[in-house]
Amino acid sequence: MDVDQQNKPAGTFPGEVHPTAGGGILVTKLDEVINWARSNSLWPLVFGTSCCAIEMMSTASAKYDWSRFGFEVARATPRQADVIIIAGTIVNKMAPVLKRLYDQMADPKYVIAMGACATSGGPFFYNTYSVVKGADHVIPVDVYIAGCPPRPEALLHALITLQEKIRGGGTREQIKIEKT
Amino acid sequence: MNNEELKARLGELLPAAVFEEGAEWVTMVIDPAAWKEFARQIRRDPGLEADYLFCVTCVDWKTHLTMVYHLTSTVHRHTLVVKAKLDRNDPEIVTVSDIWRTAEFHEREAYDLFGVKFKDHPDLRRLFMTDDWKGWPLRKDYEDSVNMIKL
Amino acid sequence: MIEEIAISENGEMVVNLGPQHPSTHGVLHLVITLQGETIKKVEPHLGYIHRSIEKMCESLSYRQFIYVTSRMDYLSSHINNHGCALCVEKGMQIEVPPRAKVIRVLMDELTRLASHQLWWGAMAMDVGALTPFFYAFREREAINDIMEETCGARLTMNYMVPGGVMADLHPNFQKKVKAFISLFRSKIDEYDELVTGNIIFKSRMQGVGYLSREDAISYGCTGPTARASGLRCDMRKLAPYEVYGELQFEEPIATEGDCFARYRVRMQEMRQSLSIIEQLIDNIPEGEFQAKTKAVLKLPKGEFYSRVETARGEFGVYIVSEGGTTPYRIKFRSPGFSNLSALDHMARGHKIGDLVAIMGTLDLVIPDIDR
Repeated sequence: MDVDQQNKPAGTFPGEVHPTAGGGILVTKLDEVINWARSNSLWPLVFGTSCCAIEMMSTASAKYDWSRFGFEVARATPRQADVIIIAGTIVNKMAPVLKRLYDQMADPKYVIAMGACATSGGPFFYNTYSVVKGADHVIPVDVYIAGCPPRPEALLHALITLQEKIRGGGTREQIKIEKT
Repeated sequence: MNNEELKARLGELLPAAVFEEGAEWVTMVIDPAAWKEFARQIRRDPGLEADYLFCVTCVDWKTHLTMVYHLTSTVHRHTLVVKAKLDRNDPEIVTVSDIWRTAEFHEREAYDLFGVKFKDHPDLRRLFMTDDWKGWPLRKDYEDSVNMIKL
Repeated sequence: MIEEIAISENGEMVVNLGPQHPSTHGVLHLVITLQGETIKKVEPHLGYIHRSIEKMCESLSYRQFIYVTSRMDYLSSHINNHGCALCVEKGMQIEVPPRAKVIRVLMDELTRLASHQLWWGAMAMDVGALTPFFYAFREREAINDIMEETCGARLTMNYMVPGGVMADLHPNFQKKVKAFISLFRSKIDEYDELVTGNIIFKSRMQGVGYLSREDAISYGCTGPTARASGLRCDMRKLAPYEVYGELQFEEPIATEGDCFARYRVRMQEMRQSLSIIEQLIDNIPEGEFQAKTKAVLKLPKGEFYSRVETARGEFGVYIVSEGGTTPYRIKFRSPGFSNLSALDHMARGHKIGDLVAIMGTLDLVIPDIDR
């Protein structure tokens, strides 16, 4: 997938610093600084239903370490989490629980659909009576990851893409705020 | 005990049972009304002692339903299979969860997916589906145009 | 959604644990009735990951349905596939070549090691020790690397097919496995030093969650859970399949029946798996890796049952066939289903912290239970 030119690459601080005597003057937009700060400190919610949860745990551990990117603290309660990574299949009985967790999260919140099951029902698409064919039937999703299960590198790529999307102002809440 | 001796002993306990040929383990078909008494006997009998129930299945044969119980003995290390044919419109059989405690969950699963009612079960309600789900999903004539996308 | 009265007349409180909870190892919903902090009754509510696998398999062919069993007990995915392949081979009387048998056993034992490593890390994290989690995943990555080179995937590999395995071993396989064996021998002693002798860990595990031998038989418990109560139930010893009949290994048995006994049995199993791999890695016979079979498989009319030993216990595949290309009815007997039914019996009278320790030692994988 392709990275939009207007998205800021990782590591650059938005704005210009003009050095003057006794310090400096920073010229920037407040929105950009807030987005930069938010994107570097997203805390995921501990939410894994099936096999993709094991790859998510591998991403959290020492070899692929996601805490380099700011996802250090995985919170168990949705009140303190910023991003929910839906790792696993969503079935009819679990869908109201997922909706309730999403509602309990405080704004601004983001959603990543990890794996084929959360994207579209995955291997359980045909001839099943209890699988929700895609988590976006329940809550709005920002980033989709393909794979069954996706490699930890794919999950890291998705996390970086989410960070770039936030910095570029492309998430649902930012678009909503701009329109009003 | 090997298969021949098992057949002989089981035939003594329940003469009305019909044995199936050609299977790996001794397989018998019994009348559902005789299940509880027979179950108690095979659990207690010193030569059989079938104390480990490891699989409870229900099969939908379009004209009737069949319950299949796979049992083994941890003492004598032999395995036997008991089947019972049930009427499709009103499938009912007595529970064995007081003899083998594992049957409690297995029978709830058979009720949830096939609609088989177990008499005297301590807590018969749906296990996997939501409590207000209509229909018995694993039956062959189950239609669900909302959820199922057929290939 | 069930609306329940929160506090009943005699001061009992009903609390929900899950379905979203860091300690339940999946989506398990427990409704716990408490008197103060002591548990009166635990009631599991299942179905939050019920993906209707048995119905789906009725429309998949005998080569296709194997992939979906990888996703049931995803930590022993090779062993699940192995059970399905054995059942189809039993029905069609296919003879598996010796090289394929040895490869299958090697993959099974590596998977068992990987599953026990993750169990150890997750269980220690549940009772409060965070470091073992990272140690366990570090070793697991070594096994995932080996699997990825040969099978192509890290977690859900479809490597077993009816007749043998899908592709031959990678040339690096022997070297990497030998390096892993020497690495892991020293690590497993490190695991023991870190966790097993720890006084806090021992006091949380000893005497908690007692399961007697009669109850283990009655509840249908299997695997290390039943072995810690004194029941011999290893399918690799009782009904040997592939080359297990010729190997030298022991079945670890304990008699105390509490959490610490289950823990010790699993640590012993890790050492036994390592010794099985050592016996086989230098003696892989040459030959074919897959028997010649027709492109479209048809099982004859009848019923077939195969039993294998996964990391959690006995996994059974029961196929009822009407002679067609798809199974008429397929039933998976999962080990976690019966182990979970004993949870209520084991947890009464303990506190919630003990309940978490008991669930950790039962090693539940919820998609395996819900299918």
